[in-house]
Amino acid sequence: MALLEVKDLQVRVEEREILHGLTLTVNEGQIHAIMGPNGSGKSTLSHVIAGKPGYEVTGGQILFKGEDLLEMAPEERAARGVFLAFQYPVEIPGVTTMNFLRTALNAQRKARGESELMVPDFLKKVREVSKSLNIPQDMLKRGVNVGFSGGEKKRNEVLQMALFEPSLCILDEMDSGLDIDALRIAADGVNALHSPKRAMVVITHYQRLLNYIVPDVVHVMSKGRVVKSGGKELALELEASGYTQFEDAA
Amino acid sequence: MNVAVAKTGKGRAVSDLFTSAEGRLPGSPSVIAARREAFETYERLGLPHRRIEEWKYTDLRALVGEVLPLAVAPDAAALKRAADAIKAHAIEGARKLVLVDGVFAADLSDVKALATEASFKTLRETLEKDAGLLKTAATDAVIALNAAMATDGVVLSIADGAQLSAPIQIIHIATAASAAAFTRSQVAIGKGARATIVESFVAAGAKAYQINDAVLVTIGDDADVAHIRLMDDAPDALNVTSHFVTVGANVKLNFFNMTTGAAVSRLQGFITLAGEGSELSINGVNLLQKTEHGDTTLVVDHAVPNCVSREVFRAVIDDRAHSVFQGRIIVRPDAQKTDGKMMTRALLLSDEAEADNKPELEIFADDVSCGHGATAGALDENLLFYLKARGLPEKQAQALLIQAFVGEAIEQIADDGLREHVIGIAERWLERRS
Repeated sequence: MALLEVKDLQVRVEEREILHGLTLTVNEGQIHAIMGPNGSGKSTLSHVIAGKPGYEVTGGQILFKGEDLLEMAPEERAARGVFLAFQYPVEIPGVTTMNFLRTALNAQRKARGESELMVPDFLKKVREVSKSLNIPQDMLKRGVNVGFSGGEKKRNEVLQMALFEPSLCILDEMDSGLDIDALRIAADGVNALHSPKRAMVVITHYQRLLNYIVPDVVHVMSKGRVVKSGGKELALELEASGYTQFEDAA
Repeated sequence: MNVAVAKTGKGRAVSDLFTSAEGRLPGSPSVIAARREAFETYERLGLPHRRIEEWKYTDLRALVGEVLPLAVAPDAAALKRAADAIKAHAIEGARKLVLVDGVFAADLSDVKALATEASFKTLRETLEKDAGLLKTAATDAVIALNAAMATDGVVLSIADGAQLSAPIQIIHIATAASAAAFTRSQVAIGKGARATIVESFVAAGAKAYQINDAVLVTIGDDADVAHIRLMDDAPDALNVTSHFVTVGANVKLNFFNMTTGAAVSRLQGFITLAGEGSELSINGVNLLQKTEHGDTTLVVDHAVPNCVSREVFRAVIDDRAHSVFQGRIIVRPDAQKTDGKMMTRALLLSDEAEADNKPELEIFADDVSCGHGATAGALDENLLFYLKARGLPEKQAQALLIQAFVGEAIEQIADDGLREHVIGIAERWLERRS
């Protein structure tokens, strides 16, 4: 069943069109990889799906579970199960990670008409997940991402993914700034969360990440469109031949 | 043209007020003479206005409109309302000293429990003997007016070496609408003592009232003191408070002020470091909305060598509110090795919010480390989006970031219960935002 349907999406940023009619369908349980050179519009797509301000949608639509996503505020999208793992997670001094996690989780539950999670249940869950992601407990008492290394910030994103249990995870350049060990820990965390109901969209420059998170479908983006889609072997092909061939096709 | 000397209509209103209140003001004949002298000083100066440099940003003539008549002493109904207000504002475990409409309320206070740890009198009692407490090192029109009109206050003395087991909370409660209360207190902390003093200003249903408070603090050598002031007066009230603090040697003083109420307020602190080796930490938070005007003016006087002063001030300004921070650090010629710094940051939540920062360094010694910094800005859009993308609605995301912004100042309060109490007041302010 289609979870996310992006249809002929056209997006502008300050009068410049970045996406010129992008179409993409992600089914429940699938892992999609979106690859492409810098400036091809990959991050723009992830931001528009999450609802970041500053992007003007001039045409097309995005449906999530059959509903018009573009009509929803970012927090409504989150409550309905859209999760963007940021390429550059922000630092929030003065807000402890624990407080942030609990506030966010309860805000989502409230929006869905669910009761707040009891503190002991919440703590137990945070401890379990952070342990599996190799996140020390004292990090959770510090300001959100403050003083975290690149790898710790990305693991913190995965921790949130595990707690919020979204149905669509968009991983924007999760591999940027990570060494191979950090990448493996983060990727293992993501794989553990993959389920028949939960889809992943992995945005990346490099094939490397796809050795750890193996996609069902690979899309190549160039100049604001999907120019080719295929199986996981497409990623290997790209690694060998580069993006130049597609830039002509776009 | 000399506006300061000219008698305005507003000045005359106070003059009538003094005449009509004179019979109700406590004190021996010599005290009454001192009051009259203070009143003449006030009358000569008139209400402060923008052409007086220290009051440039807080023009009381323009902001206050009129000076209200002296509040009548609270009756049984007023004391009942005050008792209800205490339940909401008392700090758990604290020894309370309660002033209702400018009059000490013994029945609402914990005088007996306090007696084992500190000696206590009312200002009213003290003034029966002498006028000493009406004199201050610095003066201006509002301080002189306070000396002329002060009806009551607490006079506390904490013995040398005393280690207070619980905070002392001085609670000012306003129950009388459209009236003015003038209070003056003294807190003398002995050598080597350890104490936490909290001052709270709250309303019990009263509207449009005026507070003029003065507090004289002396701290003996080696004392360790936390002094916390929480001004949460009614949104249409006026609060002008003057602090005079003299700090001995090797003292640790942690002062915190938070302004969450009053249409117009000013806290002016005159702090003198009179003994070597002391460390002074001054932290302030202004939370202002609607058309509120909140002014914090601090003069830190390094009169001796080897002291450290740190001022951290945060203002959150919404709607058309106006926050003022004036910080002056004076380093006297002998005060070598002074380390004095102040940092002030303003968070503007609306295009019409206003922040004025005026740091002044007056340095007469040549081997010192002093500095100041000031910033003003809006909430970071990237942080807001991150929180919204995690499910927080706009207002909640803003609230979390505002709490984080003021957190650096609030975290300086060491006592857990007290810190939670302060955070609770800040949270209620956030809930009041429209």
